[in-house]
This record gives sequence, structure tokens and C-alpha cells, in this order.
Amino acid sequence: MNAANSGSDMPAWLVIERVVRSHWSLSARGERDAGAVLLALWADDRRDLGEGFLLRAAYLGASRLRVIELALDEAAPAFPSLVEIYPGAVRMECAVRDVLGVQADSADSRAWLRHAGWPVDYLPLRHDADRSARFAAQAEDYAFVRVEGDGVHEIAVGPVHAGTIEPGHFRFSVVGEKVLRLEQRLGYVHKGIEQRFSQMDLQQGQRLAARVSGDTAVAYSWAYCMALEQLCGTRVPARAQQLRAVLLERERIANHLGDLGALGNDAGFGFGLTQFSLLKERLLRANAEVYGARYPMDGIVPGGVATNLSSQQIERLREQGMVLEAAVVELRAIYDEHAGVQDRFVTTGRMSPELAQRLGVVGLAARASGSPRDLRSDLALAPYAGLGVQAAGSAQGDVAARVAVRFDEVIESLRLCDLLLQDLAGGAIHAELGAAAAQQLGIGLVEGWRGPVMIALEATVDGRIRRCHPHDPSWQNWPALEHAIIGNIVPDFPLINKSFNLSYSGQDL
Amino acid sequence: MLDILKRIARTGIVSEPQLKLADLLSERDTLHAEIAGILGRALAIRQVDAGSCNGCELEINALNNPIYNIEGAGIRFVASPRHADLLLVTGPVAKNMEIALKRTYDATPEPKYVVAVGDCGCTGGIFGESYASCGRVSNVIPVDAEVSGCPPAPTAILRGILSALASPRR
Repeated sequence: MNAANSGSDMPAWLVIERVVRSHWSLSARGERDAGAVLLALWADDRRDLGEGFLLRAAYLGASRLRVIELALDEAAPAFPSLVEIYPGAVRMECAVRDVLGVQADSADSRAWLRHAGWPVDYLPLRHDADRSARFAAQAEDYAFVRVEGDGVHEIAVGPVHAGTIEPGHFRFSVVGEKVLRLEQRLGYVHKGIEQRFSQMDLQQGQRLAARVSGDTAVAYSWAYCMALEQLCGTRVPARAQQLRAVLLERERIANHLGDLGALGNDAGFGFGLTQFSLLKERLLRANAEVYGARYPMDGIVPGGVATNLSSQQIERLREQGMVLEAAVVELRAIYDEHAGVQDRFVTTGRMSPELAQRLGVVGLAARASGSPRDLRSDLALAPYAGLGVQAAGSAQGDVAARVAVRFDEVIESLRLCDLLLQDLAGGAIHAELGAAAAQQLGIGLVEGWRGPVMIALEATVDGRIRRCHPHDPSWQNWPALEHAIIGNIVPDFPLINKSFNLSYSGQDL
Repeated sequence: MLDILKRIARTGIVSEPQLKLADLLSERDTLHAEIAGILGRALAIRQVDAGSCNGCELEINALNNPIYNIEGAGIRFVASPRHADLLLVTGPVAKNMEIALKRTYDATPEPKYVVAVGDCGCTGGIFGESYASCGRVSNVIPVDAEVSGCPPAPTAILRGILSALASPRR
């Protein structure tokens, strides 16, 4: 192994190594045995540099991210599948094939992101793919796995769902009310984000990153900026880092409040939806007052943040935090003591810690199944280092556990916001970016509300995006939902699904 | 139970009577009458995410919170396009959603209205048109009204819905 990237601004938590083919699976095994999760798998067309294709796997350990690179032959880009070691790799391997024609040796042969929307030989991330190509839509016949047996029947749901949520297809195989198997078909909102990135300059990339998954805009923006600032060797001012964290925690709170209300509602407790959606609305209105947008999607910009806070605005946010905390504590007691709600939450959609570990589940869902990993406490990058972030945790793995983790995280995020706002550093909120190092890998890693969000970024020599790969924790956690539903009844699916609340757009790209 | 009742009593009625905006109030009352005139009943909406980043969905969901309380104004979201008068469509239309969107449109009974929500629905937004994106909603199905914004606020979405109903019939 040799270091493929030795840029002077490579952070201590990031290791990048290039391996030979025989070490690709070996390194994966080593990472798995050390307890790391396979965070992302992606590839890059480097034929223009005379390097064929470059495949990359990112493994997230307790205190570092290791990126393993494998150079692939230009004429026949194939690689050993990691599915035996990391079952969660299968969809990522399919995606790499769909967008680049880089083939794992034992992948699922069904198209994942492509559907029938464009021909199999159109490979959108190859540099020679015609950017102006347009194709006629065609209906797709997808080979779902059939479950056979006496009385087994299928329920097909989607892509257009019954609620105001993102589109995807769920195929249930059931006997009576009991779910034997769920198979997901995603990719419906694939809108060519990665190809789009490669048509943008480095500054514009932040806006697109913020729209990979709109409910996680702050985390993606931050991850993008972190990657870019690494390539530019930019030192982001302390105040800007703190203001970024306030935005990130407010995004987490907003999403958790929304979910806590929806989870109550799905358990037949409309009071919960009314109360939590009201709290969320008040949070958004304070955002509008302070940041000029209910959802400050572009609040984080390369080099710092877009909006400074006055002392009055700081007070406004702190006051709101206190009111919010009191309300959440009160509502938590009501949820906890409500027999009907608890009856629906407890033991429903259970994912054991062993299963979660085997599947490589990450983020909120992992924390509810016994793995208290949280980048804010594990890597503790600025400004989280001095804040003593407490990662939430439960080993129960059911809907109740995922609800409890959300409650704990709302309270912890409110504490962090207050601490940050109380002790804001003075000075600038923005630093100028120098030139970005070309053809080097920059990685941004941020604990979004669902889990770790990663951006892998490379620049061209003329300041444009050569390749940008955004990775959502939903890639890991969607397959876990297929397992969590097994043996539950069909009417509990909405509740279990909401307890994970995974992103479609973030995984479909 | 007592805790729940106490919390309800303390929360009180938070719905902003017709969104506190006088103009929107008369706009909405007039249009409420128009809705009844056109449809003879409340307005049923089917939301379709045709490729959105999920940002617009957050604000569409907010319309149901007790502050906006659109159900109180006779507007509700339904589970099937077959029950809907109006489609609220977000996103640039993803190629992989093009057929599903057309089928949803065809399943909606006449008279029907379509409102494209968000910058992406109006213009294709930052995603534009590509091998995977058909761009704006009107590239795929007829659109009666457009609501720009990224994401648009709930009040803007409500205005868009109302302006679609006021638009001349195709």
C-alpha cells in the first residue's frame, strides 16, 4: 500500500490508500473485523488522465475515515464484490455499474438507479457520455424476488405513495396481515445529480449539495464546504464554525420534531402531530426572522456562513430554545405515559444490535440498536471538540428506541445550541478560499440528523468540479428497514417506516 | 390524560384566522366560495413528488399544521389521485418518474388542476434537464399555476393553489 494523496491539508482523521487488486477484499475484511462500517463506494472515470477507472471504498471507524482506492482496467473495469463482507455493498455496487459501467464480479444484475429511463449503454458519469442526450421514457419490468407458499400474496405500493412523501416502490409478500418479506425498489427520483456536479464550478457546487436531500441541506452544505476547504487549505474562522453547528443542530431539531409528531400520529395519537408540528413551525419562523429563510439551505457557504447573528438575534434563539426544551420535556412525559402509544411503539419493527452491526447500519437507527456512534463525539471536529457531545443510545432497536433517541437528541441539540450561542467567538464569519488543489480527493464528513453525510470532491485545474460524490446514510439503512419489518403486520409498516424516515432523494441521486 | 388536556388548554387555538393576512383572507374566502361553485364541495389535493429533493414536501406538510390549518378552510390532502381535484407536483420531473406522473394525471378525474411547486417544478431549477431529468413539470403534464421558491413558504403554496382555481379553464 502506498499513500495516493499526501496533500498538506489532509486532516488527521482521513487516511487514503491505494491498494492492488488482491488487497481490495482483504482490506475490507480487516476493516470489518476492526468494527468499521462501509460508508460509501463510488468510482471515477480517469481515462483522460491515463488511469482507467478508479474505485473507492470509504470505511468509517471510531475515530477515522479510511478511503481505499483500486485502479481498474480501462477496457474491462471489473472488481471483486464486497457483498460477502459487507451485505450493504450490493446497492452501491449496482449503482456504480449503472452510472459508470464498472462491474462487481457478483453483483445483483438488476439495474438499480437506471430503471428503463435511458439505455444500458448510456453511462452518465463517463466523461465521453453525451451531456445533451435525451431518451424516451419506457415502462420497466423489474424482477422482484417471489415468495412462494400456501396463501402468500403480494402487495405493491408506489412509486406514488398515499402521503406527502417521496416516491419509491415497496413490494410486500404477506400471509394474511403478516409480512414475510419486503423488497424495495428505489431510484425513482434519480435526477442526475452527480453528472450535474461535473458541469459546475466549485463555488456553485454548494447549492447543489444542499439540494441532494432537502431535509438535510445544512449537513450536505457543510460536508461539501469541508471537502472544498480541505482542497483549498482554508482555515474557517471559529465563529463561522460555531454558527455552522447552530444551523446543523437546528436542522436536526426541526426534523426530529417533525418525526416525533408524525410517529405519534401514525400510532393514532393526533395530539402528538398537532403539538410537535406547532413547535416545528415556531422553530422555522424563528429561522425566517434570523436567517431570512424558514429553511436556510444556503446558510453555509464555502469559507464560512452567509449570515452573522446580532446579540439580539442570539438572545431570540436562546430564548426560543428554552421554551422549546420545556415543551419537549412535557410532551415526552405524555408520550411515555400513554399506554396506547407505547403499545404501538414497543417491540414494533425491532432491529437487534447484532443485525444492525451485520448490515452496517449507521446514524440514528444504529444508535437505537446499540451502536452509540456519532461523528460529533467520535471525530469531534470543530466546533464540537470542546462541547462534550453525548451520543444518544438504546439497545432495544424498536420504534420506541428510535423515538427515544430522537427525544434525547433534541434535548442534546438544544443544549449544544445554547452552549454555542452563549460562547460565540468574535471575528469574521467568512474566509477567502485559495485555489483548490486539482485531482486530489477532499472529503467532508458531517453527522446529519439521519447519520453520517459524506461528500467526496475533486477539482479540475481550472477551478471546476471534476467529480463530486455525495453519500447519504440512507444507503446503509434502507436494507435494514427490509429486515425490521419482517414478522410485523402490514398496518405497522407506516409507523416502522417513519421511525427510520430515510431519504429517497439522497440515495437516488 | 389530565396532562394532555392541560397541554391542549394551554396551547389554545393557534390557527391564524385565515393566515392573519387580510388580503389573503378575502382572497381565500372568495375562492372558498369559488371552490364550492366549481366543485360543489371541498378541494381534494393529491401531492406528487416527481423528483423533488424533499424540501418542498416539508413546506407542503406544514400546511397541515395547526397554524395554517388548511383543512379548516375546506382543503384536504387525499391518498389517491382518483379522489383528487388538484395535483400538487414538486421537483424537476425525474425520468424515472415520468410515466408514474403521467399515469397519476390520467387517473385524476376532470375537472382537474395542476400546480407546480418550487423552483424545480417551475423551471427545472438547479437540476435542469438531462438524461435523468425532464426539467419543469409542464414539460410532462399541463400546469395551471406555478409557485416559485426553494422551498416556497406554506402561504405561497396556498396562494398558488388558489390562483390555479381562479385560472381560466383549459
